[in-house]
Amino acid sequence: MTRKRLLLTVLHRLAVLAYVAFALFPLFWLLKVSVTPTSLLYTEGIRMWPSRASIEHYVFVLTHSSFPTFFLNSTIVSASTAVIVTLVASLAGYAMSRFIFRGKYWIIGLLLLTQMFPLVMLIAPMFKMLSPLGLTNSLSGLIVVYVAFNVPFATFLMQSFFDGIPKDLEEAAMIDGATRFTAFRQIILPLTLPGIAATLGFVFTAAWSELLFALMLISDNRATTFPVGLLSFVSKFSVDFGQMMAAGVLALIPACLFFLLIQRYLVQGLTAGAVKG
Amino acid sequence: MASITIQSVSKSFGAVSVLRDIDLSIADGEFVVLVGPSGCGKSTLLRMIAGLEDITGGEIRIDGRRVNEVAPKDRDIAMVFQSYALYPHMSVADNMSYSLRLRKTAKERIAEAVRAAAGKLGLDPLLERRPRALSGGQRQRVAMGRAIVRHPKAFLFDEPLSNLDARLREQMRAEIKRLHKAIGATSVYVTHDQIEAMTLADRIVAMHGGIIQQVGDPLDLYDRPANLFVAGFIGSPAMNFIDGACRGGAVEPHDGSRIPLPAGLKAAEGQAVTVGVRPEHVRIVGAAEPGSHTARVDLVEPTGFGTIVHVRLLGEDLKIYTLDRAAARVGGPLHIMLDGERLHVFDRETTQRLG
Ligand SMILES: Nc1ncnc2c1ncn2[C@@H]1O[C@H](COP(=O)(O)OP(=O)(O)OP(=O)(O)O)[C@@H](O)[C@H]1O
Ligand SMILES: [Mg+2]
Repeated sequence: MTRKRLLLTVLHRLAVLAYVAFALFPLFWLLKVSVTPTSLLYTEGIRMWPSRASIEHYVFVLTHSSFPTFFLNSTIVSASTAVIVTLVASLAGYAMSRFIFRGKYWIIGLLLLTQMFPLVMLIAPMFKMLSPLGLTNSLSGLIVVYVAFNVPFATFLMQSFFDGIPKDLEEAAMIDGATRFTAFRQIILPLTLPGIAATLGFVFTAAWSELLFALMLISDNRATTFPVGLLSFVSKFSVDFGQMMAAGVLALIPACLFFLLIQRYLVQGLTAGAVKG
Repeated sequence: MASITIQSVSKSFGAVSVLRDIDLSIADGEFVVLVGPSGCGKSTLLRMIAGLEDITGGEIRIDGRRVNEVAPKDRDIAMVFQSYALYPHMSVADNMSYSLRLRKTAKERIAEAVRAAAGKLGLDPLLERRPRALSGGQRQRVAMGRAIVRHPKAFLFDEPLSNLDARLREQMRAEIKRLHKAIGATSVYVTHDQIEAMTLADRIVAMHGGIIQQVGDPLDLYDRPANLFVAGFIGSPAMNFIDGACRGGAVEPHDGSRIPLPAGLKAAEGQAVTVGVRPEHVRIVGAAEPGSHTARVDLVEPTGFGTIVHVRLLGEDLKIYTLDRAAARVGGPLHIMLDGERLHVFDRETTQRLG
C-alpha cells in the first residue's frame, strides 16, 4: 500500500518535472542562443551551453538596432490596451452580472459572436475601415483594434468575478448610504482586485505578443511593435539568430515584471475565475 | 425613529405575483415580526421597505413621507442581512463606521459612536479584526453593530439569526430584545422561527402565499388564530386538526364519536368544519369517562421538560404534549379529553375561524 503510494508520488513528480522541462526548454534555448557568439553558433552544434558566452548581441540590439523603439511602442500599446480594456470590461462585466436590461441576451450573443471568427478574415475590412480614418501606421489605431478584440472576453472574465461577489454586499452599502456607484467603487472593486489583475495580465500579454494586426496595419518603422520588429532580424539571405534571441529575451522582461507585480492577486484570481467559469 | 405605513402594496417579478394587496401600519418604536413559510414573500416585503426592490403597486411611507421613489441611501434605515454582508476588506471598526463616513460625520463623533456600539455588543476587543477572523456569532454582532451605530429611523432584520447554532441563537434573541428595549427603534424582523416571532414581537404579521393572514400580538395569534394556516403555523408542536361535521352543538367526525363545541359557537347544522386542538391542550385522564376518547399510543418523544405523545385517533395522528413522563407507554391505551373551551373551530371551506 505505502510502496504503491510512494511509487505513484514519484511517477507524479516525474511527470510534472517532464512537463516543466518541456515547457521551459525553449526559454532556456532562447537564452542560450542569445549569449552564444555568432562564430560559435553553428560550429558548436547542439551543446547545452557555449564554450564562451558573450553579451555582444545584447549590446548590438540595444545600441545599433531599432529595437528600443519597438520596445517602447509595444509597451505603450500593450499598457494602454490593458488599462482601457480592463476599465471597460469592469463596468460592462458589472452590468452583466448585476442588471437585467433590455437586449442583454442579444448583447451577450453578439459579444460571443465576435470571438468565433479567425481574425485573419477580418484583416482586409479592418484595413479598409482604419485607413481613411488615418489609423493605420499609428499606435492609436493598433490600440483601438486591440481594445475592440479584447473587450468581449475580458467582459466575460470580469463578469465571472463579479458573480462571485454576493449581491448583499453592495445592497448593504447602499442601505448604509452609498450610491450604487460608490458601492461599486468602495466595496465591490477592492474585492475584485484579483480579477482585475488577471484581466490586466491577460490583455497585456495578448497585446504584447500580437503579430497579425501589427504586421498588417503598420508599415512605418517608427510605429512598429516588437513582435513585428523581431522579423527585421530575418533578412533575405540569413537570419541573425543571436540578435533575434537577445531581443526576445529583452522582450520577456516587461511581461515578467508585470506578472511579478500582479502575481499576488493573480493566483487567487485565476482560480476564482476557474471555479465560477 | 419613525412609523412605517404600507398601503395596498403589491409586487410581481415579471408575470409572477409575489405579494398581493399588503396593508400594514407599524407604529413608531414598534417591533413587528413577519413570519411565514419559505417563499411567502417576507424578504421581498422587507426589501421593498429598504428600497432594494421596486414597488409594483401601492405605497410605502416612512414617517409619513412616500418613499416609493426614494433610493435606499436616502431612506435612513438600517438592515441586518441573513448573510451579515460584512465588508470583507474592512476591519470591524471600519465596517461599523462605514455609514457614518459616507455621511461625512466628524472623526471624533464616529470614534465615539463606534465605541458606544461596540460596548453595547461586547465587540471592543475585536475592532481591528477583519470579518474573516471572526466566528459566526461575532460576525452577527458586527452586523448588528453596523446597524445601531448610526441611529437610523428603522431597523430591518432578515432572518438575522438563522445561521447561528441553537444556543447562540437563543442568546442573541435575548440580546436583540434587550437592545430594542434600550434603543426603542422601530423594527421589522423577518423570521420563520416562531419562537423568535413569539418572544420578540410586539405584533406578529403572519404571511402565506403573498397575503397577510393575520396581524396581532403574539398571544392573540396563539389563542385565537384567524384561520387554518395561522393555527397550524403558530405553536410547536403544531396544532392537531380533526375534520367533521356540526350536529347538535357538537362536531361529529366520521367515526360517530362527538366532540363538544365551545359554548356560544354558532355553526350551521351539517356544516363541514375542521376542529383544531393544541397538543398542550389535550387532557390525559386516568380512566375512560363520559366524553373521553381512548386511543393507542403510537410513539413517545421525550423532549426533556415535556413529552410529545403520538396517538392514533379517528384515523389521524394526534399529538399530545404532557409534562407527565409516565403518562404513556408505546402500544398502551390512553384516555384523553378534548375540552370544548380549548378547541378552535374552522370552516373547512373558507378555512376561516368560526366564533
Ligand atoms: N428576483 C426575483 N425574481 C423572481 N422571483 C423572485 C425574485 N425574488 C424572489 N422571488 C420569488 O418571490 C417569492 C418570495 O420570495 P421571498 O424571498 O420574499 O420569500 P421569503 O418569504 O423571504 O422566503 P424565505 O423564508 O425562504 O427567505 C418566492 O417565490 C421567490 O421565488
Ligand atoms: Mg427570505
